Amino acid sequence: MSGRIVGISGPTVSVELAGLQLYERVRVGHVGLLGEVVRLERDRAIVQVYESTRGLCVGEPVEGTGAQLTVHLGPGLLGQMFDGLQRPLAAVLEAQGPFIQPGGGHGLSPCASPLRFVPARQAGDAIAGGEILGVAEEGAFRHAIRATGGAGVLRSIASGECAGDAPLAVFEDGREVTAWHEWPVRVPRPYRRKLAQFEPLVTGQRCIDFLFPLARGGSAIFPGGFGTGKTLLEQSIAKFADVDIVIYVGCGERGNEMAEMLDDFAALDDPWSRRPLMSRTVVVVNTSNMPVAAREASIYTAVTLAEYYRDQGCHVLLLADSLSRWAEALREISSALEEMPGEEGYPTYLASRMAEFFARAGVVETLDGKVGSLTVLLSISPPGGDFTEPVTQACLRNTGAFFMLDTALAHRRHFPAIHWFQSFSLYEAEVAAHLDRKVAPDWSALRQETRALLQREESLREVAEIVGTEGLQDADRLLMRTAERIRREFLAQNAYTDDAFSSPQRTHERISAILGGHREAAARLARGERLEDVGVLQAVAPGKTG
Amino acid sequence: MRLSRHSYSTLRSIQGPLVFVDRVMEARMGEVVSIIFPDGRETEGEVLRIERDTVLIQVVGDSRGLDMDRTRVVFTDAVKRAPLSLAVLDRVFSGSFRPLDGLPMFVPEQWAPVAGLPMNPVARARPQEMIETGFSTIDGLNTLVKGQKLPIFSCAGLPSREVAAGILEHARSTAAASGAAATSVVVFVALGLAHHEYAYYRQSLERMQGEFVAFINLAQDPVVERLLAPRYGLTVAEHLAFAHGRDVLVVITDMTNYCDALREVSTAREELPGRRGYPGYLYSDLASLYERAGRIKGRPGSVTLLPVVTMPEDDITHPIPDLTGYITEGQVVLSRELHQRGIFPPVDVLPSLSRLMQQGIGRGRTREDHRAIANALYMHYASGRDLRRLEAIVGREGMGEGDRHMLDFADAFEREIVHQGDVRRSIGETLDLSRALLERFGLALP
Repeated sequence: MSGRIVGISGPTVSVELAGLQLYERVRVGHVGLLGEVVRLERDRAIVQVYESTRGLCVGEPVEGTGAQLTVHLGPGLLGQMFDGLQRPLAAVLEAQGPFIQPGGGHGLSPCASPLRFVPARQAGDAIAGGEILGVAEEGAFRHAIRATGGAGVLRSIASGECAGDAPLAVFEDGREVTAWHEWPVRVPRPYRRKLAQFEPLVTGQRCIDFLFPLARGGSAIFPGGFGTGKTLLEQSIAKFADVDIVIYVGCGERGNEMAEMLDDFAALDDPWSRRPLMSRTVVVVNTSNMPVAAREASIYTAVTLAEYYRDQGCHVLLLADSLSRWAEALREISSALEEMPGEEGYPTYLASRMAEFFARAGVVETLDGKVGSLTVLLSISPPGGDFTEPVTQACLRNTGAFFMLDTALAHRRHFPAIHWFQSFSLYEAEVAAHLDRKVAPDWSALRQETRALLQREESLREVAEIVGTEGLQDADRLLMRTAERIRREFLAQNAYTDDAFSSPQRTHERISAILGGHREAAARLARGERLEDVGVLQAVAPGKTG
Repeated sequence: MRLSRHSYSTLRSIQGPLVFVDRVMEARMGEVVSIIFPDGRETEGEVLRIERDTVLIQVVGDSRGLDMDRTRVVFTDAVKRAPLSLAVLDRVFSGSFRPLDGLPMFVPEQWAPVAGLPMNPVARARPQEMIETGFSTIDGLNTLVKGQKLPIFSCAGLPSREVAAGILEHARSTAAASGAAATSVVVFVALGLAHHEYAYYRQSLERMQGEFVAFINLAQDPVVERLLAPRYGLTVAEHLAFAHGRDVLVVITDMTNYCDALREVSTAREELPGRRGYPGYLYSDLASLYERAGRIKGRPGSVTLLPVVTMPEDDITHPIPDLTGYITEGQVVLSRELHQRGIFPPVDVLPSLSRLMQQGIGRGRTREDHRAIANALYMHYASGRDLRRLEAIVGREGMGEGDRHMLDFADAFEREIVHQGDVRRSIGETLDLSRALLERFGLALP
């Protein structure tokens, strides 16, 4: 089925080609750019092109493929870096050199690395559709390989080392079974049912784990102006989070950052399993100068990968940096399609698309009866640091936790710059009950005490602005100093030192020590001692966060 | 390839820098056209959009004098490309890559599309070699590294050109300082500059005595050329860096004029305006420039980018500095208050940031105590600055001794570390001075 290009506008191309379906994948032009049908009219179709349309000529051929945009799911994905269309970037580098050429790399299999296959059946066996044929091993992971299509008799079945993209089994009627399968990116993968349970997802960041805890299967956003440390926080969580699989999406962000991240991750181990960090990580990256349409797709590619691992019974964390760039890509495409704009030029379906995306998070009982979870953590880059903009607001209606990154905190180099009054977590009660049982019985009580102390400091600070700290009572000055210790030694966490990861035990120890010291000093003040004589109150050593 | 020359005089309309041409066969997206005026003059244009046989063309250069009947548009069947050669060194070109220095055009070794191709993130090498700029506020507190993009956020009337020129003249790689051959080149791109500013930069390029390439679009030059000049500059920079192994420092001034040119064209195209009338794709468009900074694994050479942004109304949340800050790896922010107090360079270190600093400093790169010194300076200066607000309410006399001490520290920091006038400081000198200052105030390092 072949037609031709009749118009080109930004990332969209209109084509004369009958018989296309909505969201069908098409190849555009002589170089074969990848595109997707986004609108059908009587005599033409509009195609969103995932690569640069520069140099494309009217009259060049367009071909339908009859299939939707898909991702490859199977062994061999872990540790790799893909672009928004799941092209394996290391293989693209080998094939094309350091710059990405349009139209290339689509033949490269994302699952080409060799694997070990342990067959459960043998040649000659009669197999029902969907039955397990064996297990493919990928590091610590076991991928169950199922018979696809209907029932049949096995002609041959592989064993031991195999090429990742070769058939593992062949039926008598010639059908082949491979370790990987394709799945349309825009279709959520099925599960038996969603569960309403909230176990803690430990991030290793004290401010989050202690004040605004995250739950497995939950969702969180952290909006912040530029320079507030969104990327750094997101990467720290990707390194230390207590999950089985991490899918990291660099969506419309910096290339140097991704180079840095690959470098860092390659040198680190997962603190929970002690295995190399990259062996639990998949990176999907579409930097800001890569085509916008692929940026729009990258989020869906990533969430489909995440669901694949969730369906294996894993706890998966999806981190995207940043959702605003995805929304902007949506706006750019919508504008090229000449759709009616909504607020700030974003299409009116922005909020519903986002809600659909958030709905893909959750704890589920998989089709096999296992329990898996998918947690999403999204950074948002509000223009001008103004949180009233449409993307932040649409997210606030859907998210379970909100970590507000504050510019003033970032300017004084307090990281993570999470604002402790504006942020919230809806998982607080359930997760805290867990931690009271698992870590320490006074976990929730200490949290309340910390909150109250910080709140009290805020009001005292207003007084101090007028009368000066020296004008305060001793008990109040003590409280202000303790609050400063909490901010400096507990809430702040230097990502470049050993302190980058704090286990719940360590978090508990540290806050107990600070609050314990405070109580003791307060008691001594109450007995009539002077603040200057109370030992614990030496000024905190400058810059000491570790 | 087309077999015959495609020339049309079927203009449908002309609106400012945009021309619609009808009944065009097989136009290409981004194709370069030459537009021939009724009086025989010629200028270039680029295809922006194609709808069946109607083509929208953006005219680079002045569109005055075009008419509907006699104007001809010739399609070249190629996208915009830049001529490349080592012969560009020490030359001055216009925003359309025509020689401005009276010498003939060089013979290109090769041509490359000006839009560039995105660098494969896997191919990128992590930027971690420091560039010593000679300014303490940058070297000590917001370290610049090779392959980084670090803009200077300025306000109208602040000495951004003195800061940029100072960096041009004084920047050297720390590796070069220790004896390795210096191979750095400056690519200077002027966008919509007034003539006196250009003259200033011209002098400093000459004083610098290193190799440079300049692309000059002055205030009176065509607006659309401002969209092209930085792309020529970056294409040349990539060639020098990755084909010839040079460390290239690209200075683009002023990006605000670039964004205004983009807005002008977008409005003429009747596109939906975004914030403050800038097009919705301003982020992606800026990224297509800024992201070209970087290094490639296993190859020598680097492209480091220093754009100058003048913040309209001194507003850092204006779309231009805002989107720039979201793409670049930090920012150097100039402050009107410091400038008025006679401090040069008037860098406000609190909102300034270098995201890639952590990798460029410390043992084996600068000095082991670099990070601790920088952290301590930040912390104490921030608390001193906070106390100034209190001082404004209660007066210095009403404050405790400890608070007064921190106020003095903030003043001393601005006078002695931030302020340096014309003196170039090495990173060692910056760290020694900072250490001495902290010790003088009894502020120990951890």
